Amino acid sequence: MRRAALRATVLGYLAAILLAPLALVARRAFEGGAGRAWSAVSDPDTVHAFELTLGITAIAVPLNTLFGVVCALAIVRGRFPGKGLLNAFVDLPLALSPVVVGLSLFLLFGRGGWLYGLFEAHGVRVLFAPPSMVLATVFVSLPFVAREVVPALRELGEEQEQAARTLGASSRQTFRRITLPAIRWALVYGVVLTTARCLGEYGAVAVVSGRIEGRTETATLRVQDRYESLDLTGAYGISLALAAIAVCVLVAMTLLRPRREA
Amino acid sequence: MAARASLPGTAARPSAGGALALGFVGAFLGAVVCLPLAALVRSSAGGGFLAAVSSSESVAALELTLAAAAAAALVNAVAGTAIAWVLVRDAFPGKAAVNALIDLPFALPTVVAGLVLLALYGPRSPVGVDVAFTRAGIVLALLFVTLPFVVRTVQPVLHELDREPEDAARSLGASEPTIFCRIVLPAILPGVLSGVALAFARAVGEIGALVIVSGNLPYRTEVASVVVFNRIQAGDRAGAAAVAVVLLAISFAVLLAVGAVRRLATRHERA
Amino acid sequence: MSIAISGVSKRFGSFTALDDVSVEVATGSLTALLGPSGSGKSTLLRVVAGLERPDAGSVAIGGRDVTGRPPQERGVGFVFQHYAAFKHMTVWDNVAFGLTIRKRPRAEIRERVAELLALVQLEGLARRYPAQLSGGQRQRMGLARALAVDPEVLLLDEPFGALDARVRGELRAWLRRLHDETRTTTVVVTHDQEEAMEVADEIVVMNHGRVEQVAGPRELYEHPANEFVLTFVGGANRLGDAFVRPHDLELAHEPGATTREAMVRRIAHVGFEVRLELVREDGQPLSVQLTRDEAEQLELERGQIVHVRPLRETTFS
Repeated sequence: MRRAALRATVLGYLAAILLAPLALVARRAFEGGAGRAWSAVSDPDTVHAFELTLGITAIAVPLNTLFGVVCALAIVRGRFPGKGLLNAFVDLPLALSPVVVGLSLFLLFGRGGWLYGLFEAHGVRVLFAPPSMVLATVFVSLPFVAREVVPALRELGEEQEQAARTLGASSRQTFRRITLPAIRWALVYGVVLTTARCLGEYGAVAVVSGRIEGRTETATLRVQDRYESLDLTGAYGISLALAAIAVCVLVAMTLLRPRREA
Repeated sequence: MAARASLPGTAARPSAGGALALGFVGAFLGAVVCLPLAALVRSSAGGGFLAAVSSSESVAALELTLAAAAAAALVNAVAGTAIAWVLVRDAFPGKAAVNALIDLPFALPTVVAGLVLLALYGPRSPVGVDVAFTRAGIVLALLFVTLPFVVRTVQPVLHELDREPEDAARSLGASEPTIFCRIVLPAILPGVLSGVALAFARAVGEIGALVIVSGNLPYRTEVASVVVFNRIQAGDRAGAAAVAVVLLAISFAVLLAVGAVRRLATRHERA
Repeated sequence: MSIAISGVSKRFGSFTALDDVSVEVATGSLTALLGPSGSGKSTLLRVVAGLERPDAGSVAIGGRDVTGRPPQERGVGFVFQHYAAFKHMTVWDNVAFGLTIRKRPRAEIRERVAELLALVQLEGLARRYPAQLSGGQRQRMGLARALAVDPEVLLLDEPFGALDARVRGELRAWLRRLHDETRTTTVVVTHDQEEAMEVADEIVVMNHGRVEQVAGPRELYEHPANEFVLTFVGGANRLGDAFVRPHDLELAHEPGATTREAMVRRIAHVGFEVRLELVREDGQPLSVQLTRDEAEQLELERGQIVHVRPLRETTFS
């Protein structure tokens, strides 16, 4: 009895907070008809926004994957002082406001900043241009691969790798044949999380991009832009597309979850 | 961790590969994370910091941010634990789908979340609830955004929990609520606390959802991250940096707290 | 307090753990539930404790029907194989738990816990945490905790299974002494037939969810009800339709009227005993058990040919 009541309460809460919003996106997006919804997402500036989002993601994800794996190896296998500090810095993007990230980059590359002389002063556009947006996105999506791979590496232990060495395998062979297969699913899960974070990034990119329509607007920035321009159909249309991607991410996470724990 | 005897020829000397890896990690983190944050801290130093931080608008925003984040974190402490409990201990059709849905706030861009919460619980609300441009609306948006945190930190702990002490308590005459409070809760508390801390940090820094939902009315529904945003747009970089540094300090403090909780949790397991 | 189990059945999915089991446990006795893995003995114990609900049948404790009641209301003390210690509480708080939740006065709790810790010889360790104790100490704590609330019936589920041999032996003897003192009706689940024989007044042998035989240790050994009990308790050689205990095979260097030839394949000196593996001329393997003196007198060697005959045989029609 108590169990049924708790279950009902929990499911009700989840429906109100999660399900209802999701259902509404779909409804509002098609309120003006499918035609209007389609034209809202297919105008050139919106298409460019999606392209920019995907482009930034395509750069940030591989970079953070490489970093994540190397970092996880260092944390689990390495012996050096300051491991706690390393952990703290890797976890920091999870706890930090994206606006603070954006501002930091702004101050670094903008007038009076340490790197101003290297880039902006010579006409190399970093701020209000894709490079700073990439940097911001890399910052905020940094931790995920590392955090997923660390427990997988710990779980693996060193004995299998040591056995491989005694059998004559080189470091590269050991990594490729022993380590990598063992952490494979945790790695993929981490990549999915990283991708989701990159696609959904708003705050940091909003600060450094200047939100220039058609040039430095990502999909999420475009949603806000359309909303403020009172183009609600456009805003919902883009939201629906992003929500559809989010559901795909959820499906991927669900499928990968059991394998990563195996 | 027990010390491992090294195999002959694999003594624990720093290998060239290891040094290279560490160098790469250090350089990457340094360039991407440390350098920008250092620039931020430096910008805020010097005159104007105190004034910018203690201006009534800043103080109001920080107070609102901390209060709303704390409220959301506390509600999640209870809701998240209850959700984790149902997901681990209960069984019903569709449970796997519900479990997957918990990550929605993570997978969905925050601006979309904000837009949709506004549609659902703002003017023109299909359910007649209008909390747009109010503090309640802010807490609601934060509840959405922070939902997964406590659930996902408590779930694995509950899952791994040895059930026999609960049976032992039953045989000793303890009622089910007593068993939860005295046996289960102490065991999952570290998970709950670290989830709450992360939820709190996340809520303090939230921008995307709030930019749309809260209306950003100064002193009423303007949160700290929006203050930073607005000041950047207005060209007041020092003012923005001042508040940003406070947010950075809060983030660091939360991370330290989570680390301490983790150490506290395992103290009884160390012989 | 007696225990009356009547017609209890329990299934887990398609697996039948208990099949119409009925057992009577006399007041004040120490009874062992003995059987291999999967025989249902732990399930039966948990049904008595109320930790599992039977699909059919009833359980009565002290004449009172407790079949529908939760564990909290049965007045049983339960000791777990892996201790089930409350990890975040001290030894003292663990033992005091049952009394604490019954809101007994502080002075009473203090006295009772001190008494019990002395009984289980854990006095100096009251402030320690379970993680800081050895396995044997944790189990003694588990016992003290179960005894603290004066249970009518004490149930132990393979209590010494997770401990090493020497500690097991010590705790076994200790449990027997404790029982002699307190006279609480006690049921012990074990898969170790030596343990059951050493400790229990009465043994319930179980297999595949059914009771095979209920008897005292001696009766069980000398008059097993069927093949399973015979081979499980004490072991035996199977010669056609008959069974012969390893120590009921007589060896000689000279052939006799009823002896058969066999070769000594292996000799193991296990302390007081000597265990031999023989192969009879027709290929039948034989396990023989001799005392050290007997073996010495025979001066046996590997590869030697000896002459064997059974002194006693058992058959089941």
